[in-house]
Amino acid sequence: MKAKICITLKAGLLDAQGKTIKQALESLGFQGVQGVRVGKYLEIELNHGSVGATRKDVERMCQKLLANPIVETYRIDLGS
Amino acid sequence: MKFGVVVFPGSNCDQDCLDVLRDVLGQPAVPLWHQETSLKGCDAVVLPGGFSYGDYLRTGAIARFSPIMRSVARLAKDGGLVLGVCNGFQILLEAGLLPGAMLRNTGLRFICRFVTLRVERADTPFTNRFQPGQVIRLPIAHNEGRYTADAKTLKAIRDHVVFRYCDEDGRVTDAANPNGSAGALAGLTNERGNVLGMMPHPERASDSALGSSDGRLVFESMLEAMVHA
Repeated sequence: MKAKICITLKAGLLDAQGKTIKQALESLGFQGVQGVRVGKYLEIELNHGSVGATRKDVERMCQKLLANPIVETYRIDLGS
Repeated sequence: MKFGVVVFPGSNCDQDCLDVLRDVLGQPAVPLWHQETSLKGCDAVVLPGGFSYGDYLRTGAIARFSPIMRSVARLAKDGGLVLGVCNGFQILLEAGLLPGAMLRNTGLRFICRFVTLRVERADTPFTNRFQPGQVIRLPIAHNEGRYTADAKTLKAIRDHVVFRYCDEDGRVTDAANPNGSAGALAGLTNERGNVLGMMPHPERASDSALGSSDGRLVFESMLEAMVHA
């Protein structure tokens, strides 16, 4: 099973990279860009049997290491 | 007093710290490889600057799980002095030995230059050789120095901020804040006062030949605190 994890800065925190990219998009002439948030994307291959056990483990990975809960949020998608 | 300087893969200020502790302070100091678990009888430990684990994932995120960090946490719990400089500060935050987190500098640039700082607390084991309100010069060299914490934490640490970025007259202004750090925070202790994290590098300013010797007082303060403990 594959866990796809997306980690971004919490809403409300200044995402300096996102802000700069937004300005770059605007300077290229793209209209209507409301906001840009930059994050990290990870893919983790696991051989756990059940979806439940996998999700539980990946949650723990995110809490302990992959994300910093003080400043980041994460989203986990499980698939093959 | 015996000092230990932890060496992670990617640390690059460890030798400077050892040199200052040995040659300027005149104290025994040993490197502590991150895979070790023993602090080798050290009374105080320095987590030096650098790029531990290449800053992979987040600054300090992987170094905090190095075996030596359990012993560092135990030393802190027992009241021993722990100083984290730059990447060392980031590791202390990731390890939960200090509250909050670091984000990329607002200007997205790696900043390497001297800054002026105001000494907010001169009654800590790391700053007893300074005067309260003293303005000092130390160099910074970092890309992730924007201190951040939730509102509740920021309120709780108000009295634990040891250094703030300021202008040459000691005024804390937005213009004098190089990285967007909350409250212009440059150095922070834990509640007990025996753990200090600071982004500026005192070891790079411990000899007037290097442009400033203000940093030497950080190490002299530690020594003073330990001798009189």
